[in-house]
Amino acid sequence: MTTRIVELRRGILKKNDELAAGLRGRFGAAGVLVLNLVSSPGTGKTAFLEFTLRELRARGAKVAALVGDLETDNDARRLAASGAPVRQINTHGICHLDAEMIDKHLAGWADLPGENGVALAGLDYLFIENVGNLVCPSSYDLGEKIRVALLSVTEGEDKPLKYPTLFNSADAAVITKMDIAEPCGFDRELALKNINEIRPGIRIFETSAKTGAGMEEWLGYLAEARAGRSA
Amino acid sequence: MHELSIAASIVDAVTESAAAYPGARVKEVRLRVGALASVIEDSLQFCWGITIEGTPLEGSKLVVRTLPVVTHCEACGQDGELESLQSFRCPHCGEPATDLRQGRELEIDSIEIDEVEEAV
Repeated sequence: MTTRIVELRRGILKKNDELAAGLRGRFGAAGVLVLNLVSSPGTGKTAFLEFTLRELRARGAKVAALVGDLETDNDARRLAASGAPVRQINTHGICHLDAEMIDKHLAGWADLPGENGVALAGLDYLFIENVGNLVCPSSYDLGEKIRVALLSVTEGEDKPLKYPTLFNSADAAVITKMDIAEPCGFDRELALKNINEIRPGIRIFETSAKTGAGMEEWLGYLAEARAGRSA
Repeated sequence: MHELSIAASIVDAVTESAAAYPGARVKEVRLRVGALASVIEDSLQFCWGITIEGTPLEGSKLVVRTLPVVTHCEACGQDGELESLQSFRCPHCGEPATDLRQGRELEIDSIEIDEVEEAV
């Protein structure tokens, strides 16, 4: 019997990373901007996305959404009311989406608008609403161009400090429910400072899907990102 | 809670690599895990015990080496280890740190195996 050390030096999530790289290539070739929305449960990702899908469609953009939840298709039904093609991914207990789930659900998506036989080429934006969780989704690349971390005014200004991994890996940050900031005693300056401590220089949008506040700036950012001028 | 998926991914990868050494027993699996990798070692160790049961890795030990976050500072030109995950600033000059050089790793570094001597 001899003992031997074998160097492996391989990524534990190599399979997911390779699949995500393949997806990123497909999204880029099809010219679709893909965003991965991550937050705690209850931050208001779905309301934020409902507003975004509805407004983008009203402006003539072609949009679609994939939405992840442990159970139920409630969110997919809410988002589909915008008229955009939407698919629900049920993870049945798994706390995050991974690249394989995205790949699988794109493959069987019949009502995804296509061009010249390429399903994704008919789209301008694809939004992926991740499972509500601030920890696990940060490890799984879905092939997105932009990862958005959302935080609501009811969650506490120190959320970014408590979950630095996610906020540090984000490309944009969105504060939701700004319409109830005052009754919640939300300290706006402190929240902005904390986000900047974790991810210096990140674009931050202060929004309310209820009143539409801050949404124009967010939609402008999306248009710029799609045109390749930011992110 | 994704440590169970992580443990399963490690078992798959090591089983695949160890297949090159028929009959060998895996004694130890050594990981390099960045401080920003979102993996809790206690939780991973707990999941490891469950995941390796009934696999060729049963009885193996998981050794986790945690790597600090290292940033490169544009302002002062130096690399440095972050002092706290609650403040991404250059430890030398205090400027905001945006260029991460280490800290997101989630890798299997090496495995230690007992090989069966070939019969002569």
